[in-house]
Amino acid sequence: MALTHTRGSEAERSASLPDAAPEAVPDRPVAHSAVVAGLEPVAPTDAEAPSAVRTRRWTARPLGVGVVGLWLSVIVLLPLAALAATSLEGGVGGFVAAVSEPGARAALWVTVWVSAVVAVLNAVMGTLIAWVLVRDEFPGKRVVNALIDLPFALPTIVASIVLLSLYGPSSPVGIHLNATQPGLLVALAFVTLPFVVRSVQPVLLELDRDVEEAAASLGASNRTTFRRVVLPTLAPAILGGAGLAFARAIGEYGSVVLIGGNIPKKTQVASQYIQQQVETDQPVNAAAVSVVLLLIAFATLFVLRWAAGRGRAREVSS
Amino acid sequence: MKVSTPTRLTLRVVALGYLVVLLLVPVVLILWRTFEPGVGAFLDSVRTPAAISALNLSLLIVAIVVPLNVVFGVGTALALVRGRFRGRGVLQAVVDLPFAVSPIVVGVALIMLWGVGGWFGFVERSGFKVIFGLPGMVIATLFVTLPFVVREVEPVLHEIGTEQEQAAATLGASSWQTFWRITLPAIRWGLTYGVVLTVARALGEFGAVIMVSSGFPGVSQTLTLLVHSRYLDDHNTYGAYAAATLLMGLAVVTLLLMTVLDRKRSTR
Repeated sequence: MALTHTRGSEAERSASLPDAAPEAVPDRPVAHSAVVAGLEPVAPTDAEAPSAVRTRRWTARPLGVGVVGLWLSVIVLLPLAALAATSLEGGVGGFVAAVSEPGARAALWVTVWVSAVVAVLNAVMGTLIAWVLVRDEFPGKRVVNALIDLPFALPTIVASIVLLSLYGPSSPVGIHLNATQPGLLVALAFVTLPFVVRSVQPVLLELDRDVEEAAASLGASNRTTFRRVVLPTLAPAILGGAGLAFARAIGEYGSVVLIGGNIPKKTQVASQYIQQQVETDQPVNAAAVSVVLLLIAFATLFVLRWAAGRGRAREVSS
Repeated sequence: MKVSTPTRLTLRVVALGYLVVLLLVPVVLILWRTFEPGVGAFLDSVRTPAAISALNLSLLIVAIVVPLNVVFGVGTALALVRGRFRGRGVLQAVVDLPFAVSPIVVGVALIMLWGVGGWFGFVERSGFKVIFGLPGMVIATLFVTLPFVVREVEPVLHEIGTEQEQAAATLGASSWQTFWRITLPAIRWGLTYGVVLTVARALGEFGAVIMVSSGFPGVSQTLTLLVHSRYLDDHNTYGAYAAATLLMGLAVVTLLLMTVLDRKRSTR
């Protein structure tokens, strides 16, 4: 891995190709007209003229990066840029007006509020489940462990149907959460379940039990040990998982579309509001709320990354 | 930390109870409701012309999206790991971007770009239907699945380094040969894992696709749109359960594949 070379020296090397020394080989292989012993000929190369191969080698890397950049731009960046541009079609004033419409404000508020509750619920229950999966032993533990990933594998619309069957109008136990905020909560808790569990589990496995035992032998109660020894170690993982759950929850659509009921100002979440604005042909409103949703997600992820970076720095310095 | 038996049992009951109420009972209930009228009823429901064309459309989208993601995903991963160019950090961030974007926002953004009034509106005006057509659904799926192959292949490329490739090059292999015979075999499990994730997400994507699809049964409905429209528009609850069960079956297959591949990757 000690080999790092600039593009310039590589160009030189390809000029003096035949006697390229082994230690000076670029990390993209050199072209050779004849197939050397030890490597059987491969069909495509036989057809290529040596000169063609050589010129391709010259341009391969910048061209590759260019193609990749173009692909990412067309698929990801340009749509988002067009979205941002549309949201500003009426100027900054138009953007603010679109976002502060009562329907938009209510939808954003419901979204952030329910997502925050879901994040907290995940932080508590996810940690508890991770604890039970790591520290407890019971028959069928492996099955339970595998079950945790199910919400990530299930399509969101299936999650919606699945929850409606138990908590919807035809509920066999008489619980009707259809078109209520608790209904939203259940749907979002379902799809975000794995985040905290999967981020806390590995940390718990790595946790040094000696420290806990030391605390206990010094007379600390279980509660003190948990609060002062275990929780501080788990905190970054819990926070990270809960943050990801929050970021996922604010954008959710499929899982809440059937159970949420889409009642404006009550259970309508931001994504449903956006869809409604598109359908009623108000693209600026849709784009503006979309941009706000994006900004909240970016801010969440940015804070998480920053916190993780700080945590790592502290670990190194200590 | 020695937890007393009552505490341990309480924690266990609370954790498992939460999982049972949130996950297990709803899933089992759906299965029960689907198969209660018999397997025949289930098969009839997923073999209606609309259901078959929905399955075909979903598979067609997968068949278009997977090769594109493999080619560009491996290319992107190679550029990120091996490339020395300015703006690599930006490229890294762009690859992760789709994870942070709500599916609905993906759909809206695509309408703003490819719709009649959008920047690329000339494509639509020239008669090539992007939004409310198959291309729109494919692009939406590409957007949401873009990170998977890149993020699964990238760490493997890091791990294998370049020594073998350099050795091959010294022995005179062309870049094409080195890629096929050294790089590709080394990344194959990571790549497969990425493809499995891509297939699962492509089959299950709903929000982004519903925004850019016209949603006509038998024409532009994917499996997930079929579940939605059967439940909401046709009030065909049983049909929705059956289609959801079909999708759930596909999801479980994915989960099993992922477990097997995980083992393969770690033993390699």
